[in-house]
Amino acid sequence: MSEKEWPLWEVFIRSKQGLDHKHCGSLHAPDAKMAIQMARDVYTRRNEGVSIWVVPSAAIAASDPDDHESFVEPMAAKIYRHPTFYQLPDELEHM
Amino acid sequence: MSSSTCEFALRMGDNALILGQRLGEWLGHGPQLEEDIASANIALDLVGQARLWLSLAGRLEGRGRDEDALAYARAQHEFRNCTLVELPNGDYAFTIVRRMLFDAYQRVLLGRLAGGAQAEIAAIAAKSKKEADYHWRHSADWTLRFGDGTDESHRRAQGALDRLWGYTRELFVPDPVDPEADSLRGPWLALVEPLLKEATLAIPAETKFISTGKRGLHSEHLGYVLAEMQFLQRAYPGAKW
Repeated sequence: MSEKEWPLWEVFIRSKQGLDHKHCGSLHAPDAKMAIQMARDVYTRRNEGVSIWVVPSAAIAASDPDDHESFVEPMAAKIYRHPTFYQLPDELEHM
Repeated sequence: MSSSTCEFALRMGDNALILGQRLGEWLGHGPQLEEDIASANIALDLVGQARLWLSLAGRLEGRGRDEDALAYARAQHEFRNCTLVELPNGDYAFTIVRRMLFDAYQRVLLGRLAGGAQAEIAAIAAKSKKEADYHWRHSADWTLRFGDGTDESHRRAQGALDRLWGYTRELFVPDPVDPEADSLRGPWLALVEPLLKEATLAIPAETKFISTGKRGLHSEHLGYVLAEMQFLQRAYPGAKW
């Protein structure tokens, strides 16, 4: 029946007002409007979200896993870039 | 509240229950995974609505029957759903067009009930109306896509509409239980007509036929729905798991 597959969409859900949209999965849908509708049924059935974004998967540009050595690894050795050397006052919570 | 309120609650509950059961038949057989889930969600919404209405009907009846007793232990002639919702699913176009016609009806009817004087009915209606609005969005969207889609989808959607249209008359036949049923047809048409036009689907000619499900006189199809739906409770009364 479906010689033509529906395109793939990435789904982003905002779980609460004030929080960011988070990637939660992907689905097939014929267009953006339908993708949002289907995302509502597939990913927010249990009241998971207040807002939905969908993005065509094809529109996402991704870093190349083969670049790992030069792209990711050098960051691991630079602990001085982490703000762990500051003394934090006790009153500061959630840091 | 009177026995006609009980009867009305039965109609509302049975419409939702039988259509929910019909939609449930698609589970695992939907044309697409995503659509399968959407369909099942809507079926669950409807079963949830049925529970509220049937509980209310049971209390109004005052014979100690709860929602389960009403859903699983009544015979065919005691069901008060309109014939429209008991027809077999057919293809996906038929399933969608049937739901679109029913969803529009629900939106109009529940909207009216939500503003009504009887608090309990108004509360159930207000809750269900939000679901019906979404169901309509889904079924209207697909109706548009089928009607204004390929030659094949148009042919199927028009065929479904031709077969279903006659069954909508019953919804608007007034009787003592629902004396103002005919006044819903205008607002219902105001939803359905523009959609069908946009979907390039032609409204079929009116016929004399009026189905009679809401009076308990059903088509041959309801028996099969009930046989499947009630099997477990009839074979093992009171079974729990």
